[in-house]
Amino acid sequence: MKKGTKLALIFGAIPYLTMVLALPFVNRIEPMILGFPFLLFWILFWVAMTPPILLLAYLCEKKFNPKEEGGEQ
Amino acid sequence: MNLALIVIFGTILISSLVGIFAGRHVKMNLENWTVGGRKFGVVIIWLLMAGEIYTTFTFLGASGWAYSKGAPAFYILIYGTLAFAFSFFVMPPLWRMGKKHGFHTQPDFFIKRYDSRPLGVFVALIGVFSIIPYLQLQLSGLGFIVRVASNDVIDDKVAIGIGFVLTCIFVFTSGIRGAAWVSIIKNVMMIIAVAVVGIGVPIIYFGSFSNMFNVLIERMPHHLVFPGSVPSMDVRWVMSTALMMGLGFYMWPHIVGSSFSAKSDKVIKRNAIILPLYQIPILLIFLVGFTAVLVLPGLKNSDTAFLELVNKTYPSWFMGFIGAAGAVTAMVPSAILILFASTLIAKNIYQTGFNPKAKEESVMRLSRIMVLVIATFALVFAILIPNEIVRLLIVGYYGVCQFFPGVVFGLFWKRVTRAGIWSGMVVGVAIVLVLIITKKDPYLGLNAGIIGMTINTLIAAVVSLLTKMKPVDLT
Repeated sequence: MKKGTKLALIFGAIPYLTMVLALPFVNRIEPMILGFPFLLFWILFWVAMTPPILLLAYLCEKKFNPKEEGGEQ
Repeated sequence: MNLALIVIFGTILISSLVGIFAGRHVKMNLENWTVGGRKFGVVIIWLLMAGEIYTTFTFLGASGWAYSKGAPAFYILIYGTLAFAFSFFVMPPLWRMGKKHGFHTQPDFFIKRYDSRPLGVFVALIGVFSIIPYLQLQLSGLGFIVRVASNDVIDDKVAIGIGFVLTCIFVFTSGIRGAAWVSIIKNVMMIIAVAVVGIGVPIIYFGSFSNMFNVLIERMPHHLVFPGSVPSMDVRWVMSTALMMGLGFYMWPHIVGSSFSAKSDKVIKRNAIILPLYQIPILLIFLVGFTAVLVLPGLKNSDTAFLELVNKTYPSWFMGFIGAAGAVTAMVPSAILILFASTLIAKNIYQTGFNPKAKEESVMRLSRIMVLVIATFALVFAILIPNEIVRLLIVGYYGVCQFFPGVVFGLFWKRVTRAGIWSGMVVGVAIVLVLIITKKDPYLGLNAGIIGMTINTLIAAVVSLLTKMKPVDLT
């Protein structure tokens, strides 16, 4: 696997780790953050973080896989 | 009151006209009708995707779940985000293959990749059977929203009839372009509706979001953590459902089909990056459900929470606006669902299965006829069997997520074989059917879809390793 793809996949796994695997550990109300119960804040935070995370994945692919296979036109 | 009716029907009518006009000056062959000639840029693809993930379900189901179930509703926020992250990796290669071989539908991919027409027919059949409940859900939602927003002046059936006939007309004339254009109106109205109500009601009744949460936690201390107010929806249920739908969303034939309409794989990638931000308005819809459970406890049907609270809080013309927004929100996904269900039947069941020599024009003609047939069926179902909204959608997902190994292995694993995909998919579908029919869903706390999908994937992998397939020329 190309290095860029590998890095991108690591970034891409973050939403799955934080919003699926981590759920049993964040299933609580306290501490409230910005007025939101902790569980809801945690999910919202990672939803909002996903675009920057995917952007990093995109940049990694671009940087380390210089020649993306065809198709871009 | 009359004002609300004018707003609702005016919007439905204008949207349909926009949809019909969208197809003018475009020669309608199958390529233009189903995948817009593969010319759509970032904005239109965004509108299509946003049009598909925000359905009537978003209005009614998400607020209804926040109202009646509490925290389990959060899975809705999660699965969409997971789906976009998934699409970042999977959809660009699928698009490239689609471009190279001229795919219009998802079964087209299966036929080419696994060199098997029967497999394509099977995938098309599962696809159509999964789309029907999804479509029915949109229709029931449309009827319901318009009835409540019109204060019971307009019957569900009348609203469904009018909204649906108009939707069929613009699908018939304009294909996917119609859906994309109407989606502009839909997204603008929906965002206004959600922002006004979602920010408005917690502040009107409680002064601030945090105060609303404080009151809610005091009165219902378990509502905001899993399993919320429904013991069976514990954290396992949330994890398995979010994961299944996150991986299953891009298995829907209509989502795959509309992705093919992008003009490049980059467009799809950029959309995958920005779309999660569009999940945030779902938070506002939850806030409406949470406010409603405090202000209007004990509603008989929790799906009415959003509309009842608007009715109590805002003037009737605004209720009309919500009704109108709700109606177009049902029309856009319905249009795309009808479009691809029709194409699946005409291209992948009729042409692939029975008449491989059929000319493209006759496939196109049959697709258009199928629009009317499917519409009639869904209409009859929607009127005869109304159902709890979220439930229907989840059952459709159980079917389409069985395509997962076929798509993912097909793109990224050279060793995969036709026998592997066949056996995995048949077992996966059988497991889902048995668990639903024997009412064992959820089983051991996990939803039936993810159980079927996991076993399906394992079988596909093992059988692929044990069998051989003549390599397919994909260049």
